[in-house]
Amino acid sequence: MNSIQERQEEIIEEFSMFEDWMQRYEYMIELGKSLPLIDEKHKTEENIIKGCQSRVWVYAEMDDDQVDFTADSDAIITKGIIAILIRVFSGQKPEDIINAKTDFIDEIGLKEHLSPTRANGLVSMIKQMKMYAIAYNSQQNNKA
Amino acid sequence: MTNTSEQILDIDKIRKDFPILRREINGKPLVYFDNAATSQTPTQVIDCIVDYYENKNANIHRGVHSLSQIATDAYEAARETVRKHFNAEFAHEIILTAGTTHSINLVANGYASVLKPEDEILVSAMEHHSNIVPWQMLCQKTGSQLKVIPMLHTGELDMEAYKELLNANTKLVFVNHVSNALGTINPIEQIINLAHGVDAKVLIDGAQAAPHLKADVQALDVDYYTVSAHKIYGPTGVGMLYGKEELLNMLPPYQGGGEMISEVTFEKTTYAGLPHKFEAGTPNISGGIAFGAALDYMNDIGFEAIAAYEMELLNYATTEIQKIEEVEIYGTSPDKKTAVLSFNIQGLHPYDIGTLLDKMGIAVRTGHHCAQPIMEFYKIPGTVRASFSFYNTKEEIDSFITALKKAKSMLL
Repeated sequence: MNSIQERQEEIIEEFSMFEDWMQRYEYMIELGKSLPLIDEKHKTEENIIKGCQSRVWVYAEMDDDQVDFTADSDAIITKGIIAILIRVFSGQKPEDIINAKTDFIDEIGLKEHLSPTRANGLVSMIKQMKMYAIAYNSQQNNKA
Repeated sequence: MTNTSEQILDIDKIRKDFPILRREINGKPLVYFDNAATSQTPTQVIDCIVDYYENKNANIHRGVHSLSQIATDAYEAARETVRKHFNAEFAHEIILTAGTTHSINLVANGYASVLKPEDEILVSAMEHHSNIVPWQMLCQKTGSQLKVIPMLHTGELDMEAYKELLNANTKLVFVNHVSNALGTINPIEQIINLAHGVDAKVLIDGAQAAPHLKADVQALDVDYYTVSAHKIYGPTGVGMLYGKEELLNMLPPYQGGGEMISEVTFEKTTYAGLPHKFEAGTPNISGGIAFGAALDYMNDIGFEAIAAYEMELLNYATTEIQKIEEVEIYGTSPDKKTAVLSFNIQGLHPYDIGTLLDKMGIAVRTGHHCAQPIMEFYKIPGTVRASFSFYNTKEEIDSFITALKKAKSMLL
Protein backbone atom coordinates (compact mmCIF):
# COMPACT_ATOMS: atom_id res chain seq x y z
CA MET A 1 0.00 0.00 0.00
CA ASN A 2 1.22 3.43 -0.91
CA SER A 3 1.91 6.07 1.67
CA ILE A 4 0.08 9.39 1.73
CA GLN A 5 3.16 11.00 0.21
CA GLU A 6 3.28 8.50 -2.65
CA ARG A 7 -0.39 8.90 -3.43
CA GLN A 8 -0.01 12.65 -3.53
CA GLU A 9 2.88 12.33 -5.96
CA GLU A 10 0.78 10.05 -8.16
CA ILE A 11 -1.98 12.64 -8.28
CA ILE A 12 0.47 15.44 -9.05
CA GLU A 13 1.82 13.39 -11.94
CA GLU A 14 -1.66 12.69 -13.32
CA PHE A 15 -2.61 16.34 -13.17
CA SER A 16 0.66 17.45 -14.77
CA MET A 17 -0.42 15.78 -18.00
CA PHE A 18 -3.32 18.17 -18.50
CA GLU A 19 -2.74 21.09 -20.79
CA ASP A 20 -5.51 23.37 -19.63
CA TRP A 21 -8.10 23.95 -16.95
CA MET A 22 -10.76 22.25 -18.96
CA GLN A 23 -9.00 18.90 -19.02
CA ARG A 24 -8.29 19.28 -15.31
CA TYR A 25 -11.91 19.91 -14.49
CA GLU A 26 -13.15 17.17 -16.81
CA TYR A 27 -10.90 14.79 -14.91
CA MET A 28 -12.18 16.05 -11.57
CA ILE A 29 -15.76 15.54 -12.74
CA GLU A 30 -14.79 11.97 -13.69
CA LEU A 31 -13.22 11.46 -10.28
CA GLY A 32 -16.40 12.80 -8.69
CA LYS A 33 -18.34 10.04 -10.37
CA SER A 34 -16.05 7.40 -8.86
CA LEU A 35 -16.30 8.71 -5.31
CA PRO A 36 -16.73 5.98 -2.64
CA LEU A 37 -20.25 6.95 -1.68
CA ILE A 38 -21.32 7.38 1.88
CA ASP A 39 -24.08 5.05 3.06
CA GLU A 40 -27.43 6.88 2.98
CA LYS A 41 -27.90 6.30 6.71
CA HIS A 42 -24.75 8.31 7.42
CA LYS A 43 -25.96 11.29 5.41
CA THR A 44 -26.94 12.99 8.62
CA GLU A 45 -26.82 16.55 9.79
CA GLU A 46 -23.81 15.80 11.98
CA ASN A 47 -21.79 14.40 9.08
CA ILE A 48 -22.40 17.46 6.95
CA ILE A 49 -19.56 19.90 6.42
CA LYS A 50 -21.21 23.27 6.81
CA GLY A 51 -20.78 25.46 3.80
CA CYS A 52 -22.76 28.03 1.98
CA GLN A 53 -23.25 26.52 -1.43
CA SER A 54 -22.97 22.77 -1.93
CA ARG A 55 -23.53 20.18 0.75
CA VAL A 56 -20.81 17.68 1.60
CA TRP A 57 -21.09 14.68 3.86
CA VAL A 58 -18.02 12.81 5.08
CA TYR A 59 -18.02 9.65 7.15
CA ALA A 60 -15.12 7.60 8.50
CA GLU A 61 -14.82 4.07 9.84
CA MET A 62 -11.90 2.19 11.37
CA ASP A 63 -10.91 -0.99 9.61
CA ASP A 64 -8.19 -2.71 11.64
CA ASP A 65 -5.75 0.13 12.16
CA GLN A 66 -6.79 2.16 9.11
CA VAL A 67 -9.37 4.84 8.52
CA ASP A 68 -11.76 4.40 5.61
CA PHE A 69 -13.61 7.42 4.32
CA THR A 70 -16.82 7.68 2.34
CA ALA A 71 -18.49 10.89 1.22
CA ASP A 72 -21.01 12.58 -1.04
CA SER A 73 -21.96 16.02 -2.25
CA ASP A 74 -24.75 17.49 -4.32
CA ALA A 75 -22.19 19.30 -6.52
CA ILE A 76 -20.08 17.23 -8.88
CA ILE A 77 -16.91 19.36 -8.74
CA THR A 78 -17.03 19.18 -4.96
CA LYS A 79 -17.38 15.41 -5.29
CA GLY A 80 -14.25 15.41 -7.43
CA ILE A 81 -12.33 17.33 -4.82
CA ILE A 82 -13.41 15.09 -1.98
CA ALA A 83 -12.61 12.03 -4.14
CA ILE A 84 -9.04 13.26 -4.47
CA LEU A 85 -8.78 13.68 -0.69
CA ILE A 86 -10.25 10.24 -0.06
CA ARG A 87 -7.78 8.72 -2.48
CA VAL A 88 -4.98 10.27 -0.43
CA PHE A 89 -6.30 9.57 3.07
CA SER A 90 -8.46 6.44 2.90
CA GLY A 91 -6.84 3.27 4.16
CA GLN A 92 -4.14 5.17 6.04
CA LYS A 93 -3.25 5.06 9.71
CA PRO A 94 -4.81 7.82 11.84
CA GLU A 95 -1.41 9.08 12.90
CA ASP A 96 -0.27 9.43 9.27
CA ILE A 97 -3.44 11.32 8.36
CA ILE A 98 -2.96 13.70 11.28
CA ASN A 99 0.63 14.47 10.28
CA ALA A 100 0.07 14.60 6.51
CA LYS A 101 0.98 17.73 4.61
CA THR A 102 -1.43 18.82 1.89
CA ASP A 103 0.78 21.02 -0.27
CA PHE A 104 -0.10 18.90 -3.29
CA ILE A 105 -3.37 20.83 -3.62
CA ASP A 106 -1.37 23.80 -4.78
CA GLU A 107 0.59 21.76 -7.27
CA ILE A 108 -2.44 20.31 -9.01
CA GLY A 109 -3.85 23.78 -9.57
CA LEU A 110 -6.73 23.63 -7.12
CA LYS A 111 -5.50 26.41 -4.93
CA GLU A 112 -8.56 28.48 -5.81
CA HIS A 113 -10.67 26.01 -3.86
CA LEU A 114 -8.70 26.83 -0.73
CA SER A 115 -10.16 30.30 -0.56
CA PRO A 116 -12.50 30.75 2.38
CA THR A 117 -15.14 32.18 0.05
CA ARG A 118 -15.43 28.85 -1.69
CA ALA A 119 -18.25 27.00 -0.08
CA ASN A 120 -17.13 23.70 1.38
CA GLY A 121 -13.61 24.84 0.91
CA LEU A 122 -11.02 22.20 0.80
CA VAL A 123 -9.78 23.46 4.13
CA SER A 124 -12.94 22.38 5.97
CA MET A 125 -12.91 18.99 4.28
CA ILE A 126 -9.29 18.35 5.23
CA LYS A 127 -9.97 19.56 8.74
CA GLN A 128 -12.96 17.24 9.08
CA MET A 129 -10.96 14.23 7.84
CA LYS A 130 -8.13 15.02 10.22
CA MET A 131 -10.64 15.37 13.07
CA TYR A 132 -11.83 11.83 12.38
CA ALA A 133 -8.22 10.67 12.42
CA ILE A 134 -7.59 12.42 15.72
CA ALA A 135 -10.69 10.83 17.25
CA TYR A 136 -9.70 7.34 16.10
CA ASN A 137 -6.12 7.88 17.15
CA SER A 138 -7.13 8.73 20.72
CA GLN A 139 -9.51 5.75 20.71
CA GLN A 140 -6.59 3.49 19.76
CA ASN A 141 -4.34 5.03 22.38
CA ASN A 142 -6.97 4.51 25.05
CA LYS A 143 -7.25 0.85 24.13
CA ALA A 144 -3.48 0.45 24.28
CA MET B 1 -26.13 48.08 -33.26
CA THR B 2 -29.50 49.30 -34.35
CA ASN B 3 -31.61 49.62 -31.26
CA THR B 4 -32.41 52.99 -29.79
CA SER B 5 -31.30 52.70 -26.18
CA GLU B 6 -27.84 51.62 -27.21
CA GLN B 7 -27.76 54.70 -29.38
CA ILE B 8 -28.85 56.87 -26.47
CA LEU B 9 -26.24 55.20 -24.29
CA ASP B 10 -22.81 55.30 -25.82
CA ILE B 11 -21.80 51.93 -24.42
CA ASP B 12 -18.24 52.06 -25.77
CA LYS B 13 -17.72 55.39 -24.08
CA ILE B 14 -19.36 54.20 -20.86
CA ARG B 15 -17.18 51.09 -20.76
CA LYS B 16 -14.08 53.26 -21.00
CA ASP B 17 -15.18 54.90 -17.73
CA PHE B 18 -14.69 51.55 -15.92
CA PRO B 19 -11.00 50.61 -15.85
CA ILE B 20 -11.69 47.16 -14.36
CA LEU B 21 -13.61 46.10 -17.47
CA ARG B 22 -10.31 46.03 -19.34
CA ARG B 23 -8.82 43.29 -17.22
CA GLU B 24 -8.70 39.59 -17.90
CA ILE B 25 -9.76 36.75 -15.61
CA ASN B 26 -8.27 33.29 -16.12
CA GLY B 27 -6.85 34.50 -19.41
CA LYS B 28 -10.26 35.61 -20.73
CA PRO B 29 -11.73 39.11 -20.95
CA LEU B 30 -13.75 39.71 -17.80
CA VAL B 31 -17.50 39.43 -18.27
CA TYR B 32 -18.89 40.90 -15.09
CA PHE B 33 -22.44 39.74 -14.42
CA ASP B 34 -22.39 40.02 -10.63
CA ASN B 35 -23.63 43.58 -10.50
CA ALA B 36 -26.35 42.83 -7.97
CA ALA B 37 -23.60 41.89 -5.48
CA THR B 38 -21.52 44.97 -6.16
CA SER B 39 -21.22 47.27 -9.14
CA GLN B 40 -17.94 48.39 -10.65
CA THR B 41 -16.59 51.87 -10.10
CA PRO B 42 -16.18 54.51 -12.81
CA THR B 43 -13.07 56.70 -13.08
CA GLN B 44 -15.17 59.72 -12.08
CA VAL B 45 -15.82 58.13 -8.67
CA ILE B 46 -12.29 56.76 -8.26
CA ASP B 47 -10.89 60.22 -9.10
CA CYS B 48 -13.16 61.77 -6.51
CA ILE B 49 -11.68 59.50 -3.80
CA VAL B 50 -8.14 60.25 -4.95
CA ASP B 51 -8.89 63.97 -5.05
CA TYR B 52 -10.22 63.83 -1.51
CA TYR B 53 -7.02 62.33 -0.13
CA GLU B 54 -4.80 64.52 -2.29
CA ASN B 55 -6.57 67.81 -1.70
CA LYS B 56 -9.30 67.77 0.95
CA ASN B 57 -8.48 65.29 3.70
CA ALA B 58 -9.37 66.64 7.15
CA ASN B 59 -11.81 65.72 9.86
CA ILE B 60 -15.24 67.21 9.35
CA HIS B 61 -17.70 69.18 11.47
CA ARG B 62 -15.14 70.16 14.09
CA GLY B 63 -12.15 72.04 12.77
CA VAL B 64 -11.95 75.79 12.56
CA HIS B 65 -9.22 75.52 9.97
CA SER B 66 -9.92 75.94 6.28
CA LEU B 67 -9.12 72.39 5.22
CA SER B 68 -11.65 71.00 7.68
CA GLN B 69 -14.18 73.42 6.25
CA ILE B 70 -13.41 72.30 2.70
CA ALA B 71 -13.86 68.64 3.69
CA THR B 72 -17.07 69.43 5.58
CA ASP B 73 -18.49 71.34 2.65
CA ALA B 74 -17.72 68.49 0.26
CA TYR B 75 -19.31 65.95 2.62
CA GLU B 76 -22.43 68.03 3.16
CA ALA B 77 -22.67 68.75 -0.58
CA ALA B 78 -22.73 64.96 -1.09
CA ARG B 79 -25.54 64.65 1.46
CA GLU B 80 -27.45 67.28 -0.50
CA THR B 81 -26.85 65.31 -3.73
CA VAL B 82 -28.27 62.22 -2.04
CA ARG B 83 -31.25 64.20 -0.71
CA LYS B 84 -31.98 65.58 -4.14
CA HIS B 85 -31.65 62.21 -5.81
CA PHE B 86 -34.16 60.55 -3.49
CA ASN B 87 -36.21 63.76 -3.19
CA ALA B 88 -36.20 63.89 0.60
CA GLU B 89 -37.66 67.07 2.05
CA PHE B 90 -34.64 67.88 4.25
CA ALA B 91 -30.94 67.03 4.03
CA HIS B 92 -30.97 66.11 7.73
CA GLU B 93 -33.34 63.25 6.91
CA ILE B 94 -30.42 61.64 5.06
CA ILE B 95 -28.26 59.69 7.51
CA LEU B 96 -25.00 58.59 5.92
CA THR B 97 -24.28 55.08 7.17
CA ALA B 98 -21.91 52.24 6.39
CA GLY B 99 -24.48 50.67 4.08
CA THR B 100 -27.92 49.07 4.00
CA THR B 101 -27.16 46.55 6.73
CA HIS B 102 -26.01 49.33 9.03
CA SER B 103 -29.06 51.43 8.14
CA ILE B 104 -31.46 48.61 8.96
CA ASN B 105 -29.72 47.80 12.23
CA LEU B 106 -29.89 51.46 13.20
CA VAL B 107 -33.68 51.46 12.85
CA ALA B 108 -34.14 48.00 14.41
CA ASN B 109 -32.05 49.02 17.38
CA GLY B 110 -34.08 52.20 17.81
CA TYR B 111 -37.37 50.31 17.87
CA ALA B 112 -36.19 48.11 20.73
CA SER B 113 -37.28 50.86 23.10
CA VAL B 114 -40.52 51.57 21.24
CA LEU B 115 -42.11 48.17 20.62
CA LYS B 116 -44.26 46.25 23.09
CA PRO B 117 -44.80 42.48 23.30
CA GLU B 118 -48.26 42.67 21.69
CA ASP B 119 -46.86 44.47 18.64
CA GLU B 120 -46.39 42.68 15.35
CA ILE B 121 -43.89 43.29 12.62
CA LEU B 122 -44.19 42.02 9.07
CA VAL B 123 -41.32 41.02 6.85
CA SER B 124 -41.59 39.66 3.31
CA ALA B 125 -40.63 36.12 2.35
CA MET B 126 -38.17 37.39 -0.22
CA GLU B 127 -35.91 39.44 2.00
CA HIS B 128 -32.13 39.42 2.12
CA HIS B 129 -30.88 38.03 5.43
CA SER B 130 -29.91 41.59 6.36
CA ASN B 131 -33.60 42.51 6.36
CA ILE B 132 -34.61 39.45 8.42
CA VAL B 133 -32.03 38.90 11.11
CA PRO B 134 -32.07 42.43 12.66
CA TRP B 135 -35.86 42.14 13.08
CA GLN B 136 -35.59 38.70 14.63
CA MET B 137 -33.08 40.14 17.06
CA LEU B 138 -35.46 43.03 17.73
CA CYS B 139 -38.33 40.62 18.44
CA GLN B 140 -36.14 38.69 20.86
CA LYS B 141 -35.55 41.91 22.78
CA THR B 142 -39.10 43.20 22.79
CA GLY B 143 -41.16 39.99 22.73
CA SER B 144 -42.96 41.27 19.63
CA GLN B 145 -44.02 38.90 16.90
CA LEU B 146 -42.39 38.58 13.49
CA LYS B 147 -44.81 37.54 10.75
CA VAL B 148 -43.99 36.71 7.15
CA ILE B 149 -45.72 38.01 4.02
CA PRO B 150 -45.69 34.92 1.78
CA MET B 151 -44.66 34.85 -1.87
CA LEU B 152 -46.13 33.27 -4.98
CA HIS B 153 -44.40 30.93 -7.39
CA THR B 154 -43.84 33.76 -9.87
CA GLY B 155 -41.60 35.40 -7.29
CA GLU B 156 -44.16 38.07 -6.37
CA LEU B 157 -45.52 38.84 -2.94
CA ASP B 158 -48.93 37.50 -2.04
CA MET B 159 -50.70 40.81 -1.60
CA GLU B 160 -53.97 39.24 -0.48
CA ALA B 161 -52.14 37.48 2.34
CA TYR B 162 -50.43 40.76 3.18
CA LYS B 163 -53.78 42.56 3.55
CA GLU B 164 -54.96 39.82 5.89
CA LEU B 165 -51.82 40.03 8.01
CA LEU B 166 -52.19 43.77 8.62
CA ASN B 167 -54.04 44.65 11.80
CA ALA B 168 -54.12 47.22 14.59
CA ASN B 169 -51.11 45.55 16.27
CA THR B 170 -48.93 45.82 13.16
CA LYS B 171 -46.28 48.43 13.94
CA LEU B 172 -43.65 47.92 11.27
CA VAL B 173 -43.46 46.46 7.77
CA PHE B 174 -40.19 45.58 6.01
CA VAL B 175 -40.03 44.80 2.33
CA ASN B 176 -37.32 45.16 -0.25
CA HIS B 177 -38.05 47.38 -3.20
CA VAL B 178 -36.41 44.81 -5.48
CA SER B 179 -35.54 41.23 -4.55
CA ASN B 180 -31.81 40.56 -4.75
CA ALA B 181 -32.25 36.90 -5.61
CA LEU B 182 -35.02 37.25 -8.20
CA GLY B 183 -35.05 40.85 -9.38
CA THR B 184 -38.79 41.21 -8.68
CA ILE B 185 -39.92 44.82 -8.26
CA ASN B 186 -42.35 44.82 -5.36
CA PRO B 187 -45.47 47.03 -5.40
CA ILE B 188 -44.17 49.21 -2.61
CA GLU B 189 -46.63 52.11 -3.14
CA GLN B 190 -49.47 49.74 -2.39
CA ILE B 191 -47.57 48.10 0.46
CA ILE B 192 -46.90 51.49 2.06
CA ASN B 193 -50.48 52.74 1.64
CA LEU B 194 -51.96 49.61 3.13
CA ALA B 195 -49.56 49.72 6.08
CA HIS B 196 -50.35 53.36 6.74
CA GLY B 197 -54.01 52.37 6.81
CA VAL B 198 -53.33 50.57 10.11
CA ASP B 199 -50.79 53.18 11.29
CA ALA B 200 -47.81 50.88 10.73
CA LYS B 201 -44.47 52.33 9.62
CA VAL B 202 -42.66 50.95 6.58
CA LEU B 203 -38.98 50.42 5.92
CA ILE B 204 -38.10 49.72 2.30
CA ASP B 205 -34.72 48.16 1.57
CA GLY B 206 -33.79 49.86 -1.67
CA ALA B 207 -30.35 48.28 -2.09
CA GLN B 208 -31.30 46.38 -5.26
CA ALA B 209 -33.64 49.02 -6.65
CA ALA B 210 -31.27 51.99 -6.53
CA PRO B 211 -29.06 50.83 -9.45
CA HIS B 212 -32.06 50.56 -11.76
CA LEU B 213 -34.72 53.02 -10.71
CA LYS B 214 -35.02 56.29 -8.89
CA ALA B 215 -37.14 56.24 -5.76
CA ASP B 216 -38.92 59.44 -4.70
CA VAL B 217 -39.31 59.08 -0.94
CA GLN B 218 -41.87 61.88 -0.66
CA ALA B 219 -44.05 60.61 -3.48
CA LEU B 220 -43.84 57.10 -2.00
CA ASP B 221 -44.60 58.49 1.47
CA VAL B 222 -42.16 55.86 2.73
CA ASP B 223 -41.08 56.07 6.37
CA TYR B 224 -37.56 54.65 6.01
CA TYR B 225 -35.59 53.86 2.87
CA THR B 226 -32.10 52.34 2.73
CA VAL B 227 -29.41 51.99 0.06
CA SER B 228 -25.76 50.98 -0.29
CA ALA B 229 -23.42 53.11 -2.39
CA HIS B 230 -21.39 50.15 -3.67
CA LYS B 231 -24.34 48.82 -5.63
CA ILE B 232 -24.79 52.13 -7.43
CA TYR B 233 -21.25 52.58 -8.76
CA GLY B 234 -19.98 54.14 -5.53
CA PRO B 235 -17.49 52.87 -2.97
CA THR B 236 -18.04 50.10 -0.41
CA GLY B 237 -18.74 50.91 3.22
CA VAL B 238 -21.16 53.80 2.62
CA GLY B 239 -24.89 53.97 2.40
CA MET B 240 -27.98 55.89 3.29
CA LEU B 241 -30.78 55.71 5.74
CA TYR B 242 -33.60 58.04 4.81
CA GLY B 243 -36.18 58.58 7.53
CA LYS B 244 -38.99 61.05 7.96
CA GLU B 245 -37.86 63.79 10.31
CA GLU B 246 -40.32 63.07 13.10
CA LEU B 247 -39.57 59.34 12.96
CA LEU B 248 -35.81 59.85 13.13
CA ASN B 249 -36.29 62.27 16.02
CA MET B 250 -38.28 59.64 17.86
CA LEU B 251 -35.55 56.97 17.60
CA PRO B 252 -32.77 56.94 20.20
CA PRO B 253 -29.15 57.10 18.93
CA TYR B 254 -27.60 53.87 17.76
CA GLN B 255 -23.99 54.40 18.75
CA GLY B 256 -22.47 56.80 21.22
CA GLY B 257 -19.34 58.79 20.52
CA GLY B 258 -17.99 61.99 19.12
CA GLU B 259 -19.95 64.03 16.55
CA MET B 260 -23.34 62.85 17.87
CA ILE B 261 -23.47 64.96 21.03
CA SER B 262 -24.59 68.42 21.88
CA GLU B 263 -23.21 68.59 25.41
CA VAL B 264 -21.45 66.01 27.56
CA THR B 265 -20.94 65.93 31.30
CA PHE B 266 -20.46 62.81 33.39
CA GLU B 267 -24.00 63.27 34.69
CA LYS B 268 -25.78 63.68 31.40
CA THR B 269 -25.27 63.94 27.66
CA THR B 270 -27.61 65.75 25.35
CA TYR B 271 -27.56 64.53 21.81
CA ALA B 272 -26.99 66.49 18.68
CA GLY B 273 -29.84 67.03 16.25
CA LEU B 274 -30.34 65.22 12.97
CA PRO B 275 -28.46 63.88 11.14
CA HIS B 276 -25.50 63.96 13.55
CA LYS B 277 -27.35 62.08 16.31
CA PHE B 278 -26.92 58.95 14.18
CA GLU B 279 -23.44 59.66 12.87
CA ALA B 280 -21.16 58.97 15.83
CA GLY B 281 -17.43 59.04 15.18
CA THR B 282 -15.50 60.15 12.12
CA PRO B 283 -17.47 58.88 9.13
CA ASN B 284 -16.23 57.45 5.85
CA ILE B 285 -15.67 60.96 4.52
CA SER B 286 -14.14 60.12 1.15
CA GLY B 287 -16.77 57.41 0.71
CA GLY B 288 -19.60 59.80 1.43
CA ILE B 289 -18.29 62.33 -1.06
CA ALA B 290 -17.78 59.61 -3.68
CA PHE B 291 -21.34 58.37 -3.04
CA GLY B 292 -22.49 61.79 -4.26
CA ALA B 293 -20.19 61.53 -7.29
CA ALA B 294 -21.65 58.11 -8.13
CA LEU B 295 -25.20 59.49 -8.10
CA ASP B 296 -24.08 62.38 -10.30
CA TYR B 297 -22.53 59.87 -12.70
CA MET B 298 -25.74 57.87 -12.95
CA ASN B 299 -27.93 60.92 -13.31
CA ASP B 300 -25.70 62.21 -16.11
CA ILE B 301 -26.38 58.99 -18.00
CA GLY B 302 -30.04 59.11 -17.04
CA PHE B 303 -32.17 56.53 -15.29
CA GLU B 304 -34.68 56.14 -18.10
CA ALA B 305 -31.95 55.24 -20.57
CA ILE B 306 -30.34 52.93 -18.01
CA ALA B 307 -33.61 51.11 -17.30
CA ALA B 308 -34.49 50.78 -20.99
CA TYR B 309 -31.07 49.42 -21.95
CA GLU B 310 -30.83 47.03 -19.00
CA MET B 311 -34.29 45.70 -19.84
CA GLU B 312 -33.09 45.02 -23.37
CA LEU B 313 -30.14 43.09 -21.99
CA LEU B 314 -32.42 41.10 -19.69
CA ASN B 315 -34.88 40.29 -22.46
CA TYR B 316 -32.07 39.26 -24.80
CA ALA B 317 -30.44 37.06 -22.15
CA THR B 318 -33.80 35.53 -21.20
CA THR B 319 -34.58 34.65 -24.83
CA GLU B 320 -31.13 33.22 -25.44
CA ILE B 321 -30.95 31.18 -22.24
CA GLN B 322 -34.34 29.63 -22.91
CA LYS B 323 -32.87 28.09 -26.05
CA ILE B 324 -30.77 25.91 -23.77
CA GLU B 325 -32.76 22.86 -22.73
CA GLU B 326 -33.71 22.25 -19.13
CA VAL B 327 -33.14 25.78 -17.95
CA GLU B 328 -35.47 26.97 -15.25
CA ILE B 329 -35.76 30.71 -14.51
CA TYR B 330 -36.84 31.96 -11.09
CA GLY B 331 -38.69 35.22 -10.63
CA THR B 332 -40.88 35.43 -13.69
CA SER B 333 -43.24 38.24 -12.78
CA PRO B 334 -43.79 39.92 -16.14
CA ASP B 335 -42.73 43.57 -16.57
CA LYS B 336 -41.93 43.90 -12.88
CA LYS B 337 -38.32 42.95 -12.89
CA THR B 338 -34.89 44.53 -12.87
CA ALA B 339 -32.04 43.08 -14.90
CA VAL B 340 -31.52 39.93 -12.85
CA LEU B 341 -31.58 36.46 -14.36
CA SER B 342 -31.75 33.81 -11.67
CA PHE B 343 -31.76 30.27 -13.02
CA ASN B 344 -30.80 26.63 -12.74
CA ILE B 345 -30.12 23.89 -15.24
CA GLN B 346 -31.98 20.75 -14.30
CA GLY B 347 -29.76 18.15 -12.66
CA LEU B 348 -26.82 20.53 -12.23
CA HIS B 349 -25.70 22.26 -9.08
CA PRO B 350 -25.35 26.06 -9.33
CA TYR B 351 -21.94 25.82 -7.67
CA ASP B 352 -20.62 23.61 -10.48
CA ILE B 353 -21.96 25.94 -13.16
CA GLY B 354 -20.52 29.02 -11.41
CA THR B 355 -17.11 27.39 -10.99
CA LEU B 356 -16.84 26.52 -14.67
CA LEU B 357 -18.18 29.89 -15.84
CA ASP B 358 -15.48 31.54 -13.73
CA LYS B 359 -12.84 29.50 -15.51
CA MET B 360 -14.15 31.05 -18.71
CA GLY B 361 -13.89 34.59 -17.35
CA ILE B 362 -17.56 35.03 -16.49
CA ALA B 363 -18.42 36.32 -13.04
CA VAL B 364 -21.85 35.32 -11.79
CA ARG B 365 -23.14 34.71 -8.32
CA THR B 366 -24.15 31.22 -7.25
CA GLY B 367 -25.79 30.01 -4.08
CA HIS B 368 -28.66 31.17 -1.94
CA HIS B 369 -27.84 34.88 -2.37
CA CYS B 370 -28.31 35.45 1.37
CA ALA B 371 -31.99 34.78 0.86
CA GLN B 372 -32.35 31.21 2.13
CA PRO B 373 -36.13 31.48 2.66
CA ILE B 374 -36.58 31.96 -1.11
CA MET B 375 -34.49 28.87 -1.86
CA GLU B 376 -36.51 26.95 0.71
CA PHE B 377 -39.68 28.13 -1.06
CA TYR B 378 -38.53 26.75 -4.41
CA LYS B 379 -36.91 23.70 -2.75
CA ILE B 380 -33.56 24.31 -4.40
CA PRO B 381 -30.05 24.63 -2.96
CA GLY B 382 -29.50 27.91 -4.78
CA THR B 383 -29.48 29.46 -8.21
CA VAL B 384 -27.03 30.91 -10.68
CA ARG B 385 -27.63 34.64 -10.85
CA ALA B 386 -26.50 36.80 -13.75
CA SER B 387 -27.21 40.45 -13.02
CA PHE B 388 -26.66 43.11 -15.66
CA SER B 389 -25.55 46.70 -15.64
CA PHE B 390 -25.65 49.41 -18.29
CA TYR B 391 -21.98 48.75 -19.07
CA ASN B 392 -22.70 45.17 -20.13
CA THR B 393 -23.30 44.26 -23.76
CA LYS B 394 -25.16 41.72 -25.86
CA GLU B 395 -21.79 40.40 -27.01
CA GLU B 396 -21.00 39.60 -23.38
CA ILE B 397 -24.32 37.80 -23.07
CA ASP B 398 -23.35 35.77 -26.15
CA SER B 399 -20.06 34.79 -24.47
CA PHE B 400 -21.98 33.88 -21.33
CA ILE B 401 -24.43 31.68 -23.25
CA THR B 402 -21.58 29.94 -25.09
CA ALA B 403 -19.77 29.36 -21.79
CA LEU B 404 -22.95 28.10 -20.17
CA LYS B 405 -23.46 25.55 -22.95
CA LYS B 406 -19.86 24.44 -22.54
CA ALA B 407 -20.27 24.08 -18.77
CA LYS B 408 -23.46 22.10 -19.25
CA SER B 409 -21.81 19.69 -21.68
CA MET B 410 -18.90 19.18 -19.27
CA LEU B 411 -21.14 18.50 -16.30
CA LEU B 412 -23.77 16.26 -17.84
